Amino acid sequence: MVRAFLKNGDVISGAALAALGVYIMMQAHAWDYYTLDGPGPGFFPFWYGAAMVALSLLLIVNAARASDEGQAVDWPATGRAMATWLAFALSVVLMEFVGFLISFAVLTFFIVAFIFRRPFATATVVAVASALTFHLIFPVALSVSLPTGPFGF
Amino acid sequence: MDIASGLLHGFAVALQPSNVFWCFVGCLLGTVVGILPGLGPAATIALLLPLTFKMDPAGGIIMLAGIYYGAKYGGSTTSILLNIPGESSSVVTCLDGYQMARKGRAGAALGIAAIASFVAGTVGVIGLTLIAPPIAAFALSFSSPEYFALMCLGLALVVLLSGTSLIKGLLALLVGLWLTSIGTDLFTAQSRFIFGQASLLGGIDFMVVAIGVFAIGEVMASIEAGEEAKMLPVPRGIRNLLPSWEELKACRFAFINGSVTGFLIGVLPGAGAAISSFMAYGIEKAVSKHPEQFGQGAPEGVAAPEGANNADTGGALVPLLTLGIPGGGTTAIMLSALVLWGVKPGPLLMTESPDVFWGLVASMYIGNVVLLILNLPLVPLFAQILRLPVYVLFPGILGISIVGAYGASGRMFDLGLLVGFGLLGYTMSKLKYPTAPLILGFVLGDAMERALRQSLMMSQGDFVPLVQRPISGIMLALAVLVLLMPLFGWLNRMRVRAITENG
Repeated sequence: MVRAFLKNGDVISGAALAALGVYIMMQAHAWDYYTLDGPGPGFFPFWYGAAMVALSLLLIVNAARASDEGQAVDWPATGRAMATWLAFALSVVLMEFVGFLISFAVLTFFIVAFIFRRPFATATVVAVASALTFHLIFPVALSVSLPTGPFGF
Repeated sequence: MDIASGLLHGFAVALQPSNVFWCFVGCLLGTVVGILPGLGPAATIALLLPLTFKMDPAGGIIMLAGIYYGAKYGGSTTSILLNIPGESSSVVTCLDGYQMARKGRAGAALGIAAIASFVAGTVGVIGLTLIAPPIAAFALSFSSPEYFALMCLGLALVVLLSGTSLIKGLLALLVGLWLTSIGTDLFTAQSRFIFGQASLLGGIDFMVVAIGVFAIGEVMASIEAGEEAKMLPVPRGIRNLLPSWEELKACRFAFINGSVTGFLIGVLPGAGAAISSFMAYGIEKAVSKHPEQFGQGAPEGVAAPEGANNADTGGALVPLLTLGIPGGGTTAIMLSALVLWGVKPGPLLMTESPDVFWGLVASMYIGNVVLLILNLPLVPLFAQILRLPVYVLFPGILGISIVGAYGASGRMFDLGLLVGFGLLGYTMSKLKYPTAPLILGFVLGDAMERALRQSLMMSQGDFVPLVQRPISGIMLALAVLVLLMPLFGWLNRMRVRAITENG
């Protein structure tokens, strides 16, 4: 039962937000709360930080009182979403080294081939076509700057 | 400038060829994103915002508003043909729209949705035209305490109506306030919460937050849901899209109900089109002589919610344009757009920027006609968009997100933040934290802190004048009442029912 309580999303998010609230209050404490001119930079953050701690604790208490354990997590579906996010994050890292065009093509290929399980040939066509379309519309036609790699795109 | 001359001036602005073009582009894009499930108007406006920086403010806001109300027209197409709402505001339309389509009346359902949207959308704009000037005139007497109280009331309403858990809504709002505090304090130049990063001294770009939370979050949630439904056939030819005389006659009260309910609910910050469409549907069913037909394909069940979600637009623009207070995520992004163009929404907008205010109002009359044309004869063409595979659409949205976040600042740092806010948006949807309070907290946080600090400077640190001034006192009392509402059992049950029944 204790394990289920600790796995509850409200408890985890409540604890994280309570920690954030404490951090905000500690930071605000280091700045002027009140100056001769009026409220200082620490005034407003101190109060919303305090409210955040109070509400987070209330959320945890409510989660402890609630009898239902909530919906079961659909791990394969969550895994698909998280894999997409991870691929997106890695493509942003890659973008710094190889530029937008290549990293976006790789990201698209991954999503089409592995998240949506389409044939590699389809994924390759979609990836190349999407990346080229973006390149032609934004940097070329609209002069919008995008991260570039060693090849200049 | 009185209302009639203001509106005439507005039509002179809106009918300039470039502005007619931007109005058409906005309506077209709005219809497309409305049809596409998984991409909402908030995300679209956030994505396109960087591309509008060099635009004239009047043209820019005309286009963004076109996306906003165009998406509501388009959302009904997906609800009727796929039984999947294209937008949250079209959830209720699924109930009777899809049933009509299953009975071979898809054309009539699409026609009723378009006609109801046109009638109610136009009534909403008339309401905006008539109500905005007196509200703006009244708000001219507002000072810092009144603005602080107004923002408290607006945010309290948003928190109350955006999710079933008031605590989670408030926490989302506080996170938004914290995020907007990151950077340099404008009063003292003290850097706050920058984690040693010089890149954070200027604060976090609003677009990075909006695109991350809305667009990336929506893509991840849609990929998780993984729904692919089968589309019902769309009848071709305008004759097959027009409802019968009996159906139109049955809808006459629904048109009025949708228009009035939608506009009134739209004015309330936080309520939004989803709640207004649910309310209009509920009223329609309650007063109907044959409530048992609702959910089985009653044409009024399409007309009332579709009308309401379109009339809601005119209402939602009242607090945004006259008070500078957005009522939801999309209007919050429109507020940021206006600020980026150097236009300050509020009581002085009509006198300081008549081109923007009256140009926008007049363009909405034109936009409703454009949308009627786009959504009646051309709906079979638009329905083809639903054949676009999601494995092409979702990477495309991620690509536009990168362009939007990077294009504004040219900093890789912002792309890193975008990744983080995408995860935040997804986590919030998983844990059922509403995103609207976070976005509104972020947009209004700076102004709220400034108004509070200025109020306390005026009163030498005394909080009492904040509640002693009649207008601010009443608004603060209302804000407290709003937040205490969940303590009253039957009121809270009504609130939760209104929120949960429209998804």
